Amino acid sequence: MHELAVTQSILDISLRHAQKVEAKRIVAINLVVGRFSSIVDDSVQFYWDMIAEGTIAQGAQLHFDRIPAEMKCLDCGHSFEPDDKTFACPECLSPKVRITKGEEFRVESIDVE
Amino acid sequence: MTQRIPIVEKILSANDRMAARNRDVLDGAKVYAINIMASPGAGKTSLILKTLEALHGRLRLGVIEGDLATSIDTEKAIAAGLPAVQINTGGECHLDAAMLADALPVLPLSELDLVIVENVGNLVCPANFQIGTHMNVLIASIPEGDDKPYKYPGMYRGVQALIINKIDLLPYVPFNMDYFRQGVEILNPGLVTFPVSAKTGEGMDAWADWLVTRVKSKK
Repeated sequence: MHELAVTQSILDISLRHAQKVEAKRIVAINLVVGRFSSIVDDSVQFYWDMIAEGTIAQGAQLHFDRIPAEMKCLDCGHSFEPDDKTFACPECLSPKVRITKGEEFRVESIDVE
Repeated sequence: MTQRIPIVEKILSANDRMAARNRDVLDGAKVYAINIMASPGAGKTSLILKTLEALHGRLRLGVIEGDLATSIDTEKAIAAGLPAVQINTGGECHLDAAMLADALPVLPLSELDLVIVENVGNLVCPANFQIGTHMNVLIASIPEGDDKPYKYPGMYRGVQALIINKIDLLPYVPFNMDYFRQGVEILNPGLVTFPVSAKTGEGMDAWADWLVTRVKSKK
């Protein structure tokens, strides 16, 4: 898995933005992670505790805002959360659906002192 | 006192920037590059070898190997007269843009038309990491089963061409092509698809001809 590289990116982004406002400490990092992003929260937390050590982000809380997958039917307009067996619309059974949510993968904000 | 700083930055933005730089290097040298991804055992290596054969004499080719388990190692490609680089991913599950940035200068880019990059065999991560190639290609294969688009949507979202390999096995394996294609169409509407058998050669010409067209349109 690639959680180490991902965790390093989260740390780099957070430190860069904390520096801009001359923060003394990063208390929390707020992440938005869609269902389709292949990332394991526990692994990120595990690496975080290792690589944030000795930086102003040491001990910061990682908050994961998990966004469920959402699809929208192009035929009847119904929005639904798909399972991994079929993506067809549960209302009208149309296969003409599109992904509308679940691909988010970003650092939303940091809380600093 | 705690203060909230809004950021809203993609976690992989540093990789995306590096990928954009790779693309500039490729475009500057007028080289087209494709990134081939698949699960282990889908037939990446044999498909690439067949593709190299089909393109021999039509395009000047280079190969970048990211899959440690591959059998087209640098020696084999060089024996075939092709410039090749092996990337040591250090056990990583995917190639990233920085790895490609290290590999590109090793190839004589000014003498090439097409670089084929073989990614690490994995259906989860590689599509999340842009490396800067012009096209991501996914190789699915019949024995993997028809439910893979539903199980690994990220991979099917992130590609510009799909090869369905091992179609010679269709009579022997339960595989509902309509169900498979329906999942693909939802995830990636209009995705160009090539059913092939690297073993029998069926469908390989259509894929190779299309690839030549893509490369030439870039010139």
